[in-house]
Amino acid sequence: MENMVNVYFFGKKYSVPADLTIMTAMEYAGYTLKRGCGCRHGFCGACATIYRIKGKNELKTCLACQTQVEEGMYVATVPFFPTDKRTYDIEDIKPEQRVMMDLYPEIYSCIGCNACTKACTQDLNVMQYIAYAQRGDFEKCAEESFDCIGCGCCSVRCPAGISHPMVGVLARRLTGKYIAPESKHLTERVEEIHHGDYDQLIEQIMQKPITEMQELYNNREIEK
Amino acid sequence: MFTPEMMESVKKVEATRAARLGVEPRRMTAEEKDALLKEFHPDYREEAFAEIKVGPNKGQKAPKELVHLLHSNSRLLSEKVDISKVDYDVDVLVIGGGGAGASAAIEAHEAGANVMIVTKLRIGDANTMMAEGGIQAADKENDSPVQHYLDAFGGGHFAARPELLRRLVMEAPDAIKWLNDLGVMFDKDETGRMITTHGGGTSRKRMHACKDYSGAEIMRTLRDEVLNRQIPVAEFTVAVELIRDDRGQVAGAVLQNLETEDYLVAKAKTVIIATGGAGRMHYQGFPTSNHYGATADGLILGYRMGAPLLYQDTIQYHPTGVAFPSQIFGALVTEKVRSVGAQLVNVDGEAFMHPLETRDVAASGIIRECTARGKGVNTPLGSGVWLDTPMIEEIGGPGTIEKRIPAMLRMYMKYDIDMRKLPILVYPTLHYQNGGLEIGGDGFTKVIDNLLVAGEAVGGIHGRNRLMGNSLLDIIVFGRNAGKAAAAKAKNVELGNMNLDHIQAYAEELKEAGIDTGDVSPLLLPKYARHER
Repeated sequence: MENMVNVYFFGKKYSVPADLTIMTAMEYAGYTLKRGCGCRHGFCGACATIYRIKGKNELKTCLACQTQVEEGMYVATVPFFPTDKRTYDIEDIKPEQRVMMDLYPEIYSCIGCNACTKACTQDLNVMQYIAYAQRGDFEKCAEESFDCIGCGCCSVRCPAGISHPMVGVLARRLTGKYIAPESKHLTERVEEIHHGDYDQLIEQIMQKPITEMQELYNNREIEK
Repeated sequence: MFTPEMMESVKKVEATRAARLGVEPRRMTAEEKDALLKEFHPDYREEAFAEIKVGPNKGQKAPKELVHLLHSNSRLLSEKVDISKVDYDVDVLVIGGGGAGASAAIEAHEAGANVMIVTKLRIGDANTMMAEGGIQAADKENDSPVQHYLDAFGGGHFAARPELLRRLVMEAPDAIKWLNDLGVMFDKDETGRMITTHGGGTSRKRMHACKDYSGAEIMRTLRDEVLNRQIPVAEFTVAVELIRDDRGQVAGAVLQNLETEDYLVAKAKTVIIATGGAGRMHYQGFPTSNHYGATADGLILGYRMGAPLLYQDTIQYHPTGVAFPSQIFGALVTEKVRSVGAQLVNVDGEAFMHPLETRDVAASGIIRECTARGKGVNTPLGSGVWLDTPMIEEIGGPGTIEKRIPAMLRMYMKYDIDMRKLPILVYPTLHYQNGGLEIGGDGFTKVIDNLLVAGEAVGGIHGRNRLMGNSLLDIIVFGRNAGKAAAAKAKNVELGNMNLDHIQAYAEELKEAGIDTGDVSPLLLPKYARHER
């Protein structure tokens, strides 16, 4: 007999094998998932979930695909949360402090409760990256928020109504585009290609017979 | 945590580690690789394939599960959908909200077209989001697009379509620059030089990365850009059939609201199929690294309209899927783990092969180790081999794992496995469809001149195997190209009367062949729900 546990999906009790994740336990229980299920491997944030263990006070947030079921788990999925993404033209904005002021002014209403950090399914220091955003320190905000998968659990718990993942995306795009130093070797290679420097060479290799390509491939020098 | 038997093997791995450090295992010769593939690669297991009996690839083989869908009828055959009632009317209809679809939409929008995305789940619910290791481009001084071509062509067993591979390698640096200029945060040193590594089968270090969230960083940036441009995105809206007109052109698609199951009609001057892969078909019973919606929908839609497939019989099994613990079974362990120093090690602590052979060779080597050689590590779920992750920090210093592969560290730590101290167990997982719909160098299918395909749904870019980092690249290169080409084409398309005659014709063909699967296709979602009765 498999080791079973009792879990409650939206308040209804199911007995499921103890080694399943919340997501696979829901499927075991008979659910065909449409919402609340994306990559199933912890990268897309589709399966934000809230649960409480029976008899305990603490509300926990997690990804259903990355969390094993426990006895007495009361589960509610959060397949959608109305986070608020503001639109902008990445070519027009600059990495200045006022960008955040203009696009996400509510970050200045943060009361420092740290509920976002406690809710983060990636264990990021969310409140800290919002603090960096407030100061216009986009690079640090980008670094601190880099592993964010946008599940939105932080925003669910925020009393100030901040859409934290959106703030992180903006900081990262500003950093990637404007703050990180230019890759000169990349710019040069793009220019060489546009200039036609490789046109003849690529034509030549495309025309080579397979036997010659095999010879070239099997004897090519591999960089150490 | 690991079983006592597994821990016994870990001791052997630890005992040989010092001796293995700094010794690069020998690479196989071409003959050795060929023999290994023939004996152990899943593509050579004949009983897993069946013959396609209808359509343009009639007489060729494909995985049984795919053939079943190709042999099934449209779900619209028994539905009365009034296609004259048009819900969306656009220049460019992009089917699929992954990296290829988003890139296509952005470029079509940039070109001034009226473009929309329809996607089965959410925008970004795609294999792009899950690509960890990186993206190739020949942009360093010791490298060139020609070298990139050679690596990819050889790695794909000399089967790639030259005109497609040319576009892939020649437009790669520009793709990286485009992403960089959109704000993707690539790993760079303080001078701006890209930090690049090897992938399996590369002869130059040209793997660009964003830690091990490379695909996620690219996808969330593209998604943000799509939303900034206010390109309409219909989520949870799945294309169930293409619509054609009486001139033989594609004229849009019948859509279905996945939640209400209501049908909708999108009319379009050009259509881009960017529906991604097929991992959730679980060919040969393999687990998969793919996202929930990877069910080959676009292949079915295109095929039913007469667009041929290419290399539909070749599948990529990523050598390193999670073999233990069960909760993450089949999840991807990025090739970057080997790029930064981890070796493949068997139950006795021996490095049994070079860690950076191409994926088909590496997967076959692992399967051989676990079967014919009997040197796999037994787990409660089957078997696997070690990926000796503590080597990474012996080589790169403490902190390397957290800095370079944080997603991997996090994934295992949830199950109390600290890969900085302990090796991890891996076994091949269904990762990528090498084949797909055939296109020309311009991105259009060869039989319907206003139908395009981009991304994993395309066959022929890589040949019969794909190198790491060339898929993230192809979705950008071919996605962008498809968007531009579709926008230009739409200016000259005049649509005739719309119809669904092709699904009737297909049904007739199936009937004549005496085939009745009793199912409809495309699949849309895998059937994971367990029903006791």
